[in-house]
Amino acid sequence: MVSVDEPTVARRGARLVLRSMRAHPIPHTVGILAGNVFAFTVVGFTIVVGRVTDEVIIPGLDGDGLAGRSLLSGLAAILLIGLVRGVSIMVRRYFNMTAVLRTRRTWRLAITDRYLDAPRSYYWSKPTGELLAHADADVETAMSMLMPLAFSVSVGALVVVSLISLLVVHPLFVLVAVLLFPTLAIINRAYVLAVEDPAARAQAIVGRVSAIAHESVDGIMVVKTIGRQDAEVGRFAAATADLRRERLEVYRRQSLFQPVIYSLPNLGILVLLLVGAWLISRDSVTIGELVQAMALFSILTMPVQILGYLFQQMPRSVVAMDRIDRVMDVEPELCPGSPPPVPELVPVVYEDVVFSYPPAGLGSPTPVLNGFSARIEAGESVALVGATGSGKSTLIALLAGVISPTAGKITLGGVDVDDLGVDGTASVVAPVFQETFLFADTVRENLTLGRSVPDPEVERVLHLVAADRFVAELPKGIDTPLGERGVTLSGGQRQRLAIARALLRRPGVLALDDSTSAVDPTIEAEILANLRAHRGRTLIVVAHRLATIRLADRILFLDDGRAVADGTHECLLDIPGYAALIRAYEEAVT
Amino acid sequence: MSYLDGRDVLGPDTDHDPRGLLDIEGVGAMAVFRRGLAASPELRSGVGLTALMALAVAGGKLLVPLTIQFVLDFGISADGVNMGRVSVLSAISIVLVGASILLGRATYYRLMRTAEDFLMGLRVRTFAHLHRLSMAEHTASRRGALVARVTSDVETLTQFAQWGAVSWIINLIQIVAVLVIMSIYSWQLTLVTVLVHLPLAPILRWMQRRQLKAYEQVRTRVSDTLSEVSESLQGVDVVRAYGYRGPTRARLHRAIGRQYREEMRAQRYFSLVLPLTDITGIAAIAAVIGAGVHSGGSWAVTSGELVAFVFLSNMLVGPITELGEVLDQTQTALAGWWKILEVLDTDLDLIEPIGGPGVAVGALAVRVEGVQFAYRGGDRVLHGLDVCLPAGAAVAVVGETGSGKTTFAKLLARLADPTAGRVLVGGVDLTVMGVEDRHRALRMVPQDGFLFDTTVADNIAFGRSGADRGDAEQAIEDLGLGWWVDRLPGGLDARVGERGESLSVGERQLVALARAQVADPGLLILDEATSAVDPETEQALEGALERLAKGRTTVSVAHRLTTAERADLVLVFDRGRIVEQGRHVDLVDADGVYAELHRSWLGNTRPVLR
Repeated sequence: MVSVDEPTVARRGARLVLRSMRAHPIPHTVGILAGNVFAFTVVGFTIVVGRVTDEVIIPGLDGDGLAGRSLLSGLAAILLIGLVRGVSIMVRRYFNMTAVLRTRRTWRLAITDRYLDAPRSYYWSKPTGELLAHADADVETAMSMLMPLAFSVSVGALVVVSLISLLVVHPLFVLVAVLLFPTLAIINRAYVLAVEDPAARAQAIVGRVSAIAHESVDGIMVVKTIGRQDAEVGRFAAATADLRRERLEVYRRQSLFQPVIYSLPNLGILVLLLVGAWLISRDSVTIGELVQAMALFSILTMPVQILGYLFQQMPRSVVAMDRIDRVMDVEPELCPGSPPPVPELVPVVYEDVVFSYPPAGLGSPTPVLNGFSARIEAGESVALVGATGSGKSTLIALLAGVISPTAGKITLGGVDVDDLGVDGTASVVAPVFQETFLFADTVRENLTLGRSVPDPEVERVLHLVAADRFVAELPKGIDTPLGERGVTLSGGQRQRLAIARALLRRPGVLALDDSTSAVDPTIEAEILANLRAHRGRTLIVVAHRLATIRLADRILFLDDGRAVADGTHECLLDIPGYAALIRAYEEAVT
Repeated sequence: MSYLDGRDVLGPDTDHDPRGLLDIEGVGAMAVFRRGLAASPELRSGVGLTALMALAVAGGKLLVPLTIQFVLDFGISADGVNMGRVSVLSAISIVLVGASILLGRATYYRLMRTAEDFLMGLRVRTFAHLHRLSMAEHTASRRGALVARVTSDVETLTQFAQWGAVSWIINLIQIVAVLVIMSIYSWQLTLVTVLVHLPLAPILRWMQRRQLKAYEQVRTRVSDTLSEVSESLQGVDVVRAYGYRGPTRARLHRAIGRQYREEMRAQRYFSLVLPLTDITGIAAIAAVIGAGVHSGGSWAVTSGELVAFVFLSNMLVGPITELGEVLDQTQTALAGWWKILEVLDTDLDLIEPIGGPGVAVGALAVRVEGVQFAYRGGDRVLHGLDVCLPAGAAVAVVGETGSGKTTFAKLLARLADPTAGRVLVGGVDLTVMGVEDRHRALRMVPQDGFLFDTTVADNIAFGRSGADRGDAEQAIEDLGLGWWVDRLPGGLDARVGERGESLSVGERQLVALARAQVADPGLLILDEATSAVDPETEQALEGALERLAKGRTTVSVAHRLTTAERADLVLVFDRGRIVEQGRHVDLVDADGVYAELHRSWLGNTRPVLR
């Protein structure tokens, strides 16, 4: 019944609780104290009801009347204890929940902070959904164990106080309780174990149903064009039917246990009644005391349920907490104290750069760059040309300091990019990546990224990338929000904004990774002409289209992770590989 | 992913509020319930017997206080205890409790089976309805919300079914049963109990409203936090390369802080409801004892009856408290239910004909008559198109971003219906053409080569219902793509991954072309990809496309010069109108919009090699 790792689960659960208590001691303490007050009022209430039965009800109705004062004081006692009980519930809930919410906030902040500080390679091994789940579902699951915490702690007090009060009435009553409650706990445990498997299976099917829904709606265009609606509905219905079947299995098992769990205390009360009647016949207890004992019994099911919930929740919480801890175990990226200042216009040098992906530990690494070396002079325009997979995009990412080389180094004006750190590199290099990323914020915020930039400057740059017109036509112009709750832009428009974002930083090095692929040809020509006109910066472009390639003073031709040729477009045409690639591009594009 | 969305024409339609959700508060719980009941026949089947069983279960819970009363009144008297009588009464009661356990099992299972039938029906019907809505309703911005209807919203209802709904049924019945038994003892004391509880109703209702608002706020904040976190992850390269970590951290902290404050606000109600009902319950017990004793037996209660009454009153505290507790869950569930019902109530903007005329096999002519189009609640994007496309012609549609060319293509494929005018393919109006025939005879290959997470062969065979692996192999051969398939690990059995992401963009398009080949359509509508594909795949695409187009009418939304140059007919779109049409050479000579476009194209892509 008790699995082997149970003690460790309990220990880890306790550790989780202690960490939360250390971080937020006040709400936890107040909540637990209020919980204990509650426990005493619960028992107190049964004592009062028992005494009222003996001293008010029975004399009042069966006997020869009673003094109004004893009725009043009896009622006052009931009301007072009821009030204290109500307030204690309120205080317990409020403060316990406060502790839970604060702990959740603490972990959310810690996790997201860690994400920001983690090295870029951390992201390679993890899909976004998984990282998101750590900050969301995992935090909720881990902390859900804290919800019944104050109550559970006070429930211990409740059990002790109840047993003492039963003992005071008559030892035989304690015997009934001692027989009943462990039985209840055992049945409860068996119940939890019995539903565990089908519940886990059902949860897995929920994931499948949701995956089908996502896939089907994501690909709705294709579903419609190939007339697969009915097939899709059939597929979804089949998964849903599986879910129904598995859930019904959970319910079937629940139905075996739950009525028993709920009815056992009732049976206990009936046994108590029998024992009590016998004790009354022997004048060992009064009717009121029996009533009190029975009232206590009806209350004592609660602790069993609460503790049952806590122990049911604990393994899940502990596992979620482990996942959170694994995030916290990630070493933050080292930030160089104060990098040497780099002037804006500097030569870029790649020295024997080797880069393998994925990094060690995440599957077998395949080399992307095999000792790439090149020098790009300050103010020069260079195009990186090569077949798919030759390492062009990697060169841009390395230059931007987004990833670090496996061996070799990249220097900006003689300073290693790794020494400059992420922020230091950002002040020199402005990259535009292949996949455009815009934040769900205004156009302005997306361009300035939090810096204050005068409007004329923003407008000038928007004009350079031929984005001034469509931005002006947006509902709120430059202050139009983009993304989920705002306007959706086309791929080409997004790329233009991404280039504008880079230009606005007046970078010493502008690095474009195939950044105009989705832009209309007319507009692309306009943008390229504008970029060509301004020569006060180093320009590195990954290019496919001839128009882009021709923008460059010099071309670096990549093959198999190395620079195999270097020269003007015209010179390189003598190299068969290069000429063939360019011809293939042209035939493909035109 | 970002620039593949091909939404050049769909742009403006996302401005309007895609949800148009009615505020649930303005609807009322009963209205949601009635509408929901009408939408789900499963809820009504066998409801009578279930109710009867639930009544019996609730009755079973009253056994104990009744037994207590009998024992106290008949078994124990001032003269002593009649142990025989007490034993018989207890024994009967114990047997009855046993019986109620068995009945409880059956009832619970029955209830949950009904709930699961209901949930399954609702989920599948909503999903089917989603698929019947036209593409005009499936804008990128709505997609997430629509998926949520059949996933998280139904799950909310499931959680409610597992606890809240059962709780409502059992507790309501228990409350009624307790009140009935109470009034058998003494209607006066019952009245006292009810009167004490009465003020709870308006208070709980008021709190329910406030709570609903608070929870709505919390949900908004939660999704805000999630999108902030998700942005910081997806945009990690930009965040790092642009030194944007500081502001990003500040944004994250702000969002998490806001969520916390909103949660704190909402939890006030959580901590208030239970104490309120608890105190009321105790007040009711005090009132009953006071009134009972004060009446001094004139209300015809014995001491045993009064004690039983106290136990009965105590039995009200539990159910009422629990109902107070499930209120918030009920609200969440109702809100979710309402959102689902709203999807079901979205009238279909594209009605599929039943039966309908067929269409000939082979290349099909297209006639477009006075076609206009506007997205629901949006401005018109096509302003009256009239054009004839001869059977077997290769037609290129060109125009700037937002000119309406993609929308035009979608109307040809009947992914949406024109708001005015009609489209005839092979002489048959698309709105009346038989569904099977339409799927066979016309086929659109969208820009985004979305694939299902299965094998290449399956994805190709999806092209026609009933097609098998042999058909897939044939299509690959027809398009001359055997060499490419041979290169795939596992060949046709290679798995393509989620959305097809194990394949490159170009390879996904190859599969999409083979999928179209399987269907053997008479009208082929192609939305050319704008993104760069590696040259080798590009050539494979070119060749496959040429073979696929043979013997069919093709309409290509063109992004490549050659497509337009080779076309039999070029349609030039500008701001929702066809402004020029004709052959490439003639249009260049005409020196209009197309000539301008062509010049810039040339300047860009044709500077000769040397």
